[in-house]
Amino acid sequence: MADPADARGGPLVLGIETSCDETGVGIVRGHTLLADAVASSVDEHARFGGVVPEVASRAHLEAMVPTIQRALKDAGIAASDLDGIAVTAGPGLAGALLVGVSAAKAYAYALGKPLYGVNHLASHICVDQLEHGPLPEPTMALLVSGGHSSLLLAPDITSDVRPLGSTIDDAAGEAFDKVARVLNLGFPGGPVIDRWAREGDPEAIRFPRGLTGPRDPRYDFSFSGLKTAVARWIEAKRAAGEEVPVADVSASFQEAVVDVLTRKAVRACKDNGVDHLMIGGGVAANSRLRAMAQRRCEDAGIRLRVPRPKLCTDNGAMVAALGAEMVARNRPASAWDLSADSSLPVTETHVPDPHAHGRGHDHDHFHELSKGNLYS
Amino acid sequence: MLALDTATPAVTVALHDGSRVLAAAAEVDARRHGELLLPAVDRVLAEAGLKLDAVSDIVVGVGPGPYTGLRVGLVTAATFGAALDVPVHGLCSLDGIAYASGLTEPFVVATDARRKEVYWARYADAHTRLTEPAVDRPAEIADEVAGVPAVGAGALLYDTVFTGVRRDGPEHQSAAALAGLAARKLAAGEELLPPRPLYLRRPDAQVPANYKVVTPR
Ligand SMILES: [Zn+2]
Repeated sequence: MADPADARGGPLVLGIETSCDETGVGIVRGHTLLADAVASSVDEHARFGGVVPEVASRAHLEAMVPTIQRALKDAGIAASDLDGIAVTAGPGLAGALLVGVSAAKAYAYALGKPLYGVNHLASHICVDQLEHGPLPEPTMALLVSGGHSSLLLAPDITSDVRPLGSTIDDAAGEAFDKVARVLNLGFPGGPVIDRWAREGDPEAIRFPRGLTGPRDPRYDFSFSGLKTAVARWIEAKRAAGEEVPVADVSASFQEAVVDVLTRKAVRACKDNGVDHLMIGGGVAANSRLRAMAQRRCEDAGIRLRVPRPKLCTDNGAMVAALGAEMVARNRPASAWDLSADSSLPVTETHVPDPHAHGRGHDHDHFHELSKGNLYS
Repeated sequence: MLALDTATPAVTVALHDGSRVLAAAAEVDARRHGELLLPAVDRVLAEAGLKLDAVSDIVVGVGPGPYTGLRVGLVTAATFGAALDVPVHGLCSLDGIAYASGLTEPFVVATDARRKEVYWARYADAHTRLTEPAVDRPAEIADEVAGVPAVGAGALLYDTVFTGVRRDGPEHQSAAALAGLAARKLAAGEELLPPRPLYLRRPDAQVPANYKVVTPR
């Protein structure tokens, strides 16, 4: 059957993301990015040294409608042309997710469009389709941010994502934030440590590499011990009345994080016979991570795919990208009682209507639901 | 007119044509506002035999109320308003409960603000509020409310303080009452509130004094 969406270059989908402190609304047509509007409350959290959930939720409510309207304007499309509305159903901050899920439901219902509640982590992977085209199947993905550090094997981004390993304590981005705080560099820590590290020597101090012993889990990460080691080293310098070499500490700390991340990611590719590695999440913007991953992947004959920094941090385009793939692959839509799930497992790539069974039925079911709506 | 409110444990929706309620729904579940609201809108529209595009105005309770649930109603109303290109009006949620009471004498409305506090305001009658909504510990306002007729779940919960509580009065919000009040105010040419939340409390967040030293002493 010829699908009109294919003729136009893929489904036109609007995606809403509110799992943390960014209110993101993106619009894509298939693998093409049309709009990526983001309102961030990061400045409001800076003085607290971390994201405050209630502050984030309040900001999402304020920003929601203006950000949707900005995205529509940037994309130059009419809302009635959309083929679906996608939204991050989880994981993330419960109250923050709920604002996005409620908005997406209202928007989809008012427009008479299907709703797709999708997984935040799968969206981080899928966003690379907007940069480098269709995802190879399977894709190995390393997701690193303030909230997650995971190695995921994705044979089908819409239905089959398998967790291989993750952090057993702090996320990589959290370690950056905490070390930046010890160095009095402010919040968030990732970009500022990256900047200082460029002036420093990554070999100056040998910080520990967590969980890299022969008997340690092959794909899990641990950054808590590293963070403590860095703090102790700095405190010892200060206690001795010596100046702390911020650039060298930054570079050496960053080297330890990046070394473990890339080593385990390449190992996961080799073990599983996967020749593509995708890196996403906010920490994927780190310049040293990109450089080391590039070198190690080249050495191992692995193709590296890292989206540009703006697509690596949380945004609505990634949610729209996964939503478009859901539409393209005829995945069932979500129900109107879709709930936000702060601990949605990564294996649940989306949250289909539990009452729908099979494709044909899903399709009918959607039309039935939308009968009472505006455009049907 | 579509009215909705999620500022109290009730998830409540009503359709009102300016003179009467066409359909209404309410479910009490303080933890499932997000799941229950859209299906309730769908049911109310189906019951009235209308589509959402028949709605010319949206009315939403702006609280005060526990924040997570409160935002569900506000963001839903705002998004409907944007998608349908219709105005969104706000009303103090306590006013809806006051209106539902039908009282003609002075009274107070109090709802449960959790953390052992209540949201409350004083009224001259069912449609005239005298004070700005406030959040207080019941013990701190005991002198002010003792013996005064009171309605709402907050008054029922702390009936040793709200000694004039009317057990037959409205406990939670009803969107039908909210819509009725809005219709009355709009017909009288009164301006309603912007659809923005009445939180009354600042977010809980502490500025860290300094990082915790990790070196053992
Ligand atoms: Zn993320």
